[in-house]
Amino acid sequence: MDSVDLEHFLVVGALLFAVGLYMTLAKRNFVGVLIGIELMFNAVNLTFISFSRFVESAEPLNGHIFVIFVITVAAAEAAVALALAVLLYRLRDTIDVDRIDLLKW
Amino acid sequence: MEDTGTIVAFWILALITVGAAFGVAAVRNQIHSVVLLIVTFAGVAGLYITLSADFIAVVQILIYIGAIAILIIFAIVLTPRAGRLNQEGFMLLPALGLAALVAGTMIFVAFDTSWAISERDGFEETATAIGDLLLDKYALPFEIASVLLLSAILGAILLVRPEGAEEEIE
Repeated sequence: MDSVDLEHFLVVGALLFAVGLYMTLAKRNFVGVLIGIELMFNAVNLTFISFSRFVESAEPLNGHIFVIFVITVAAAEAAVALALAVLLYRLRDTIDVDRIDLLKW
Repeated sequence: MEDTGTIVAFWILALITVGAAFGVAAVRNQIHSVVLLIVTFAGVAGLYITLSADFIAVVQILIYIGAIAILIIFAIVLTPRAGRLNQEGFMLLPALGLAALVAGTMIFVAFDTSWAISERDGFEETATAIGDLLLDKYALPFEIASVLLLSAILGAILLVRPEGAEEEIE
């Protein structure tokens, strides 16, 4: 515990990603699924930034640029997905993903 | 990173972030879940600061805590009869297994790989350099991102507009 290295940040990112993956797959509420996706975005961003800080590179700031674009796309995704959740609630009176089976064959 | 302050900050922030993330999945009230999600976002912003990514840390607080968490709260309060229990469906056990497998694999790879570690210090300040890169080398993706945001705004408005909104405007 005498220094903090790349591996420590990668472990935090891996744990965040696993929690997000679990929520995305297991939660019944559509908003819970979206929270899981946001957690996974955060895990990936944290990993990008830690590689950008620690790994040998000619242009180390490229990782930061990637994170900015990921955040932009995540914001757009969240706005549209939450609008879909509200629309779904109006149409079907539920946002339980187990009961949204209109396209199920 | 070997100075004591950074090490202490990392361990505190890492514990807060990971603990709050597990809480997000575990608590049974969805509003509490979002509050813990905000704690997770703030913890990640703190970790960015220990990684000397000052601009990204501010962006994280502004966009994730200021915008996305508020959007999620809006989505919860706009769906009042949907059940706030934050419960799991029939995928509970497969999801737990897969998440554990993914975490185990990633942690194993993180320790097993010999990364090309650089000895340089952290960045002095990043906002100027990021601005230069965004308007020079990455100008095209930057413009595409603005079009994407515009279409996302319009799409979100169009989706939740009530039926017959055109007549009300006229």
